[in-house]
Amino acid sequence: MNQQLLFYTLQLADNALINGHRLSEWCGHGPVLEQDIAISNIALDHLGRARSLYQYAAELFNALPPEERSTVFNSPALQEKVQMGALLDEDDLAYLRDGWDFRNVLLVEQPNEDWAFTIARSFYFDVHNFYFFEALKSSTDKMLASIAEKSLKEIAYHLRWSSEWVIRLGDGTDESHQRMQNALNERWMFTGELNTPATFELNLQETGAPVDLGIVAPRWMQKVTEVITEATLKLPASTWMQQGGKNGVHSEHLGYVLAELQFMQRAYPDMEW
Amino acid sequence: MTEPSLQQQFDEKVASEIAIEPRDWMPDDYRKTLIRQISQHAHSEIVGMLPEGNWITRAPSLRRKAVLLAKVQDEGGHGLYLYSAAETLGISRDEMIEQLHSGKAKYSSIFNYPTLTWADMGAIGWLVDGAAIMNQVPLCRTSYGPYARAMVRVCKEESFHQRQGFEIMMTLANGTAVQKKMAQDALNRWWWPSIMMFGPPDADSPHTQQSMEWRIKRFTNDELRQKFIDVTVEQARLIGLTVPDPDLKWNEATGHYDYGKIDWEEFWNVVKGNGPCNKQRLETRKKAWENGAWVREAASAYAGKRRQRQQEKNAAAEAAAA
Repeated sequence: MNQQLLFYTLQLADNALINGHRLSEWCGHGPVLEQDIAISNIALDHLGRARSLYQYAAELFNALPPEERSTVFNSPALQEKVQMGALLDEDDLAYLRDGWDFRNVLLVEQPNEDWAFTIARSFYFDVHNFYFFEALKSSTDKMLASIAEKSLKEIAYHLRWSSEWVIRLGDGTDESHQRMQNALNERWMFTGELNTPATFELNLQETGAPVDLGIVAPRWMQKVTEVITEATLKLPASTWMQQGGKNGVHSEHLGYVLAELQFMQRAYPDMEW
Repeated sequence: MTEPSLQQQFDEKVASEIAIEPRDWMPDDYRKTLIRQISQHAHSEIVGMLPEGNWITRAPSLRRKAVLLAKVQDEGGHGLYLYSAAETLGISRDEMIEQLHSGKAKYSSIFNYPTLTWADMGAIGWLVDGAAIMNQVPLCRTSYGPYARAMVRVCKEESFHQRQGFEIMMTLANGTAVQKKMAQDALNRWWWPSIMMFGPPDADSPHTQQSMEWRIKRFTNDELRQKFIDVTVEQARLIGLTVPDPDLKWNEATGHYDYGKIDWEEFWNVVKGNGPCNKQRLETRKKAWENGAWVREAASAYAGKRRQRQQEKNAAAEAAAA
């Protein structure tokens, strides 16, 4: 069961890290200075949450029986560490796992493209995050509940920020309206996965640790509809939903994200920075 | 009141260390000098986000990544305070940005050098921010009030930046052979450009004398450069790195380090646009600005619509009340 909780925690950590990574790519390149600062600040929040979650995931991993520890992850770099009996930390989990061991949803690894695509991705994710973490506060897992408690205030701000941008672009100029609609449509196919539980989530259900996605899904839809309507935009038509991220089957984009993110630790292993 | 007496009042204020405020009379050249200097400073913060921003996605640990991201974000914040301070002198932020993009306004040449390894994050914090602090601490007492107040905030954060840079260098210098090599390589590349940051020697500095008289500047370029060298050479020694200047020598008589000849030809070339990254940096800034145009237009169109709706609502409420 602890392995399932490890995967669950990693899934939340990976979402936060990869989403933060994408947002941080805007730093220095934003459309206006105030927003450059805002988006970097939001990236920092995600990164901070990722760290808390990875630290907890490392604890969970280190507490597994030795025979389980050597089979949980696939990358030779991690295998080697584990076989030498080393305990893992937040950086090992972020920098030494390969793509198939990452469990973030496909949505967060999608490229920034332009401001509208970035806002669409953030908006869909922030709505989910908000209702998800609100529910996670009541998790039977004390650590997850406390991380949720700490994160919720900043997640509420993220949601306000991205919702306001959807409205501003939707109800701005003809061009921004069109761009925002297009971006919402294009990213829609990645939203189904947010509220579809993976096997490890279902396996954990009876412990009361995970969030019941059945409760999050209708709230997500209601909020998304509300904001899109206020923005004078249309809810994208229902479509075939992509999934796989939670089980380690990603889009092509994740490989490039990891190549960049993990470069230093891979090129110069086992050093203090 | 006649012009000479306004000038007199201004001179007296400056002489008795009373801050000049936006509504006070000031000589045109004082205003121009400040706009030039503050906007150049603001642009340096914004362009300066790029060489370090280059490593945010590749930082070697989550802690380093968070600190670097926060630092680059701080620089954006400094840009914001400084643009606001310059705006009190009667120039808009858009005009200043236009001057940056057209090449009319300059920014610190140091940001035209590339960041090639992680150690450059250490070198920039330690040397570039260290040099910036030497320049900027006296500006907390500069004669123009809004600039001085902006600088107080900037300096607080810069000293944190400098410390984190030095800490990166120290960690590398105490690390493995390749890390030490990385640190030394970064020091080799950043040393000379850093000491050039104080500007040309006093004899060739066109603005220094007037700026000293107006108390915009408090120390000359050479004074600040010497102070920086004296402090930094000791710090390099402390962590076992070698400053790449064979002529560097403690001078018992002056109580300062003597240093080798600075390549001013390189300095003027980088100022003129021939540095390794001048084109790249400016193109990146222009591209961000151009790509953001439709976003800014949308935001202002939306703000206009909201205002109008509010006015209509108020008018309707008044009509209903009447």
